[in-house]
Order: sequence, then structure tokens, then C-alpha cells
Amino acid sequence: MKTFIFERSELDRLVEILKRRDYKVIGPIVRDSAIIYDELTNINDLPIGWTDEQTNGMYRLKNRDDAAVFGWTVGPQSWKKFLFPPIQKIFATHKSPKGLDLQNSKKQTSQESAQTKYAFFGVRPCDLNAISIQDKVFLGGPFIDPVYERKRTGNFIVTVNCGQAGGTCFCASMGTGPKAGTGFDLSLTEVLNDKHHYFIVEVGTELGSDVLKSIKCIKATDENLTTVNEICSKTVKQMGRLLDTSNLKSILYQNSEHPRWERTAARCLTCANCTMVCPTCFCATIEDVTDLAGKQADRMRKWDSCFTLDFSYIHGGSVRASAKARYRQWMTHKLASWVDQFGTFGCVGCGRCITWCPVGIDITEEARAIRENQS
Amino acid sequence: MATDPELLSLKIDYKRNPMLPWPFQIQRVKHETEDTFTVELQPLGALEEFAFQPGQFNMVYVFGVGEIPISISGDPAKSRMLVHTTRAVGTVTKAMDKMRRGDILGIRGPYGTPWPIDHANGLDVVFVAGGIGLAPLRPALYEVVAHREQYGKVVLLYGTRTPLDVPFRQELENWRARFDLEIYVTVDRAMSGWRGNVGVVTNLISRAPFDPRNTMAFVCGPEIMMRFTTMELHKRGVDNEHIFVSMERNMKCAIGLCGHCQFGSVFVCKDGPVFQYGKIKDMLVKWEI
Repeated sequence: MKTFIFERSELDRLVEILKRRDYKVIGPIVRDSAIIYDELTNINDLPIGWTDEQTNGMYRLKNRDDAAVFGWTVGPQSWKKFLFPPIQKIFATHKSPKGLDLQNSKKQTSQESAQTKYAFFGVRPCDLNAISIQDKVFLGGPFIDPVYERKRTGNFIVTVNCGQAGGTCFCASMGTGPKAGTGFDLSLTEVLNDKHHYFIVEVGTELGSDVLKSIKCIKATDENLTTVNEICSKTVKQMGRLLDTSNLKSILYQNSEHPRWERTAARCLTCANCTMVCPTCFCATIEDVTDLAGKQADRMRKWDSCFTLDFSYIHGGSVRASAKARYRQWMTHKLASWVDQFGTFGCVGCGRCITWCPVGIDITEEARAIRENQS
Repeated sequence: MATDPELLSLKIDYKRNPMLPWPFQIQRVKHETEDTFTVELQPLGALEEFAFQPGQFNMVYVFGVGEIPISISGDPAKSRMLVHTTRAVGTVTKAMDKMRRGDILGIRGPYGTPWPIDHANGLDVVFVAGGIGLAPLRPALYEVVAHREQYGKVVLLYGTRTPLDVPFRQELENWRARFDLEIYVTVDRAMSGWRGNVGVVTNLISRAPFDPRNTMAFVCGPEIMMRFTTMELHKRGVDNEHIFVSMERNMKCAIGLCGHCQFGSVFVCKDGPVFQYGKIKDMLVKWEI
């Protein structure tokens, strides 16, 4: 893999070049006391000099005593909101004398095809893995999601390896970080010491190499590569959480009646926060929206959560009526049945579900409790 | 109608957007029982036929109301007429119940795995149905009756609430009159004039005329009924590999993307709804999976 280094000042140019190539550049921005992802208007939008403090049910932004650009981990949002929008019109119909006219759905789909090209700037390795997991869900067949496919096509991805781990991070356990493996166009590692602030950049694709041509950079030395590895292994040691994945699938399948589920359910508010912040959760529902005259009807796809009663409702009642069944469904899906369905865990160890759980339920702690006291 | 250019153009979109239904017109509505009805539908526009396999289902869309999965209950040999039988119990089915001849529904499908009728060649075939569970089995019954010589004994065991809750009544009478079909109906609560069985459908299994060592069983009904049916079939000596059940779960997309129909590690919409019992037995015996 080709590796180069460029100065901190060149980072601005990288964003500029992507914009010039007609990408809508999405990156991290401080908003409402959190780091979220939105369109970067200029480089100063980046969370320069910010860091985050996270533990069960707690997230706080703090000032750093340096000017690191990527000195934080992950916030409440993930890139899935761009590829799998929280609300998406599936089609529109209107009532005709015949009863149902589906023709204007054609206009709608063609309108959508004139679409923006996304450049995702500052993707964490855990989130990069989450994108590849959602690729399997939405593009793996037998049916393909046309919305996801359209939005995913032509993405330019700039990952940033993690120079520090968050309080709820466990990517090292899931094998998804803190260093990005594949799936990026460019992968950055930020280096900041007393005298020098620069980036080491690995090139993942031809396109990435092409973009890099417009930036002043020099070939990386072996010493630079060692620096990347040192930074990442330091981050591994900082991981806030650990999850032992050995034999995990069968442990969870075999312990579906473990008393722990009941105990956790007593705390769980079934609020669905964990599923909303999860970068891999893909469940959706459909809502019908009609105008006041009842002539026009839109079908809207919206993010849904297995924590709601409606989710499993069939005539006669909800299949998963108890909170125990719903928490068990979610966690068993992430760490067991996902493996059977898509050949990978549905968890990348980003820790968002731990941080954003209002009662601080910790998926790593739950898995450990069941593993250590199997029934 | 068949050359309506606007409707013809839908065909392109249909491929591009798997969530887009096709318009079908209601030709006939038949009330089977107080709360159960059958609609016969014909496709509009470029689509002239609708082929499906017994056991498959469609997503049925009512304008502005919603879309739900309903199994196909018609004869697979008659592909020009799409038939659905359902109970009016939810928002969409109640809206469908108000619809009449000439009204238009949106249809996506057919989806899901079929009853493996081919595998029953040369064997006895036992259908066990509870309530509206008879509807998804009816296409398989048609198929078996149409090729009657390929099977051994053919038995239908059907359980429903009361004698007034028997759908397809005339058809069942006709089939019962044949010497080569064994049809047994049981009800939870009888009323005067009822000469059939009273009690749960599982009670009929121990006495039903089939050779358990050479039998394929197709089961559809409430989950609890399917669990006990399987126990009774096991007692008779039918093994897991020869029992097939049809599962029901909430569905929004029917194409494996919305997540709603997960049943342990399977998606009922694309891995089912028809499953070999052995494949799902571990999940079926647990509550709230």
C-alpha cells in the first residue's frame, strides 16, 4: 500500500479538492454540544481542539489543550443517516377514478436518480466496518435496496485511524479498529507532537491516489509507518470496554432463557436509543401519509426499532410483548443471529449503545454476565 | 386496458423499485364467513398472468391505508385470477372488506418459499389447518387434487371455532364427497345440527388414516396449534424432515430488508414462510422469539 505524509495545513486543501470534484463533503462538526456529521462548508467546521468523554449513559465535549483535529471518538450519529435516511419516500400515489394511480411514482424515482455524490470525511474504522456490514444487508441480495444502492454509489471515503479510544469503545474486541483495513479511498493518521502536526496517509484506491496528486505530500518512511502502528497500539491499550467474542454465538443461543435477560429488562426502558445510534441497525417501517382530501398518498420508510411493541405486532398481539424478549432479540441479533444471516457480527464495538443508553446498559457487560454464569 | 401506456411504463419502475405495487382490479368479493372473505383479482396493464407456487404470499396495498402480507389462496393452475382469502381483523383487512368489484388494490409478489409438494410424490399427504390457516394450504390442496394419482392417501384435518366459521364450505363438501380424499372438520364449539367433531384439531391426528412412515405433513395455523400438531405427528411416527409449517410474522417489505419478520436467525419473508419443521423447531418451542 502506498503511504505518504502531508502537513496539517494541507488538510484544508484535501477538503477543497473533494468539493471541486463535485462531492458533497460530509464531516464531523460540533453542534448542540456533540460531534455530529453534516456538510463541511470549510475546514474550520471540524472539531479542532475538541475531545469527548464517554461512559455508560454519559457524553460530554471538552476542550483539549492542543489543536488536534481528530482528537475525539464517535458521537451520537453515524454515516448511516446519509446512506439509509431516517425518513425516505418510497413512492407516491394518487386516487384516480379507477381507484389507484401509481404513475407518478415514476417521476419520483427518476427525480431521485439525479443525485449527490458523497465524500465522507473523517470516518472512524468502526464506522467504516459498519458501512461494509450495511452493504451486506442492503446490497447482498436476493433483493437490493435501491435507495441505499443509489446513495452508496460513488462514495469517496476518507477514514481517520483512532489516536485515542473512548470510554465505551471496544473495536479492538470486534476486530474493526482502531486502524482501518480496507474499504477506504484514503486513510489518515493524525500525528501531533511539540514541533510538528502532520498526517500519514495510506492510499486505498486509484481514485484516492488521484485526489492526493493535488496535495503537497512526500513519500512516507518506515519510521512513519512505525508511528502509525505505535499510535494504534496505544489506542488498543486504552479501550474502555472489552468483549470476548469466542464462541459467543452459541453461548447466546444456548442461554436464551438465562435469568440475566429478566434482570436487564427490569432496567431497560425499551426507549430504542441503542438502535437509533447503532451504525448497523437497519430495521425500518413504512408509514402511509395522506393529504387532507385523501387524494394523495405517500409511502414513507422510517427507521424502526425492535424495542417497540408495534415492531412484532401481528393479529392477536405483539410476538415480543415483554421487555426481556425485546432486549434479548436486539442483543442476540447483534452478537449471534447476525452471524448466521450475514456472516459477520452486527456490532462494530463503537460503544454508542452504551453511551446513549439512558440507564447505561452495557452490551459488553451483559455478554460477560451470561458467559460467566451459563445456564 | 392492456395497452394503457402509463401502466405499461410501470413495468420499468417495478424492476427499479421492489417496493412498488402493481395495480390489480377486484373482480369478485365473496364472504366466506362472518369475518372472512375472498377477493378475486385481475392484473391491470401489461401484466396478464400472475404465476405463483402454493404457500407463497403477496404484499397487498390499500390506497392510503397500508400494506400487509396475505397468503395466496387460489388455484395455481389458474394464473389469470389472483385469489386472496383473509379475515377482517386489522386496519388494512377491514378496509379491504369494504371494497367492491371494480376497486383497485396494489400487489407485490409472489414472495416466500412454497409447500414442497414435489417431495410428497408417492407419499401420503396430510394437511393440518387451523382457522384462517386453511387459506395458505388451499393452493397445495388444489395441486394435489389435480394430480391425485401421484400421491397415496390425501387427508385434510381442519379445526375452526364454530360450524359458522368454516370457509370454502361448498368446496370442502365437494371434496368430502370424493372417495379419494379424507376430509375431517372439527370445531371448538358446536351448535345444533352439527354432526362433525368437536375439540381441537390435534385430536384428529391419532385416528387419521395415513401411514406415518410414508407421509408428508403440511401444517398451518396459530403457532400453539402447530406446536401441538407436531407433537401428535411425532407420536404417530412422522419425523421432522416430513413436517412443514408456515410461519407468520409482522412484515413491512417482504424482501428481507425491513427486519420485522426475524424469527431467530431466519427471515420469515425470504427464508420462509414455509419451513421444514426440523429447521426451526428450536425456536418454535421458545416463547417470544
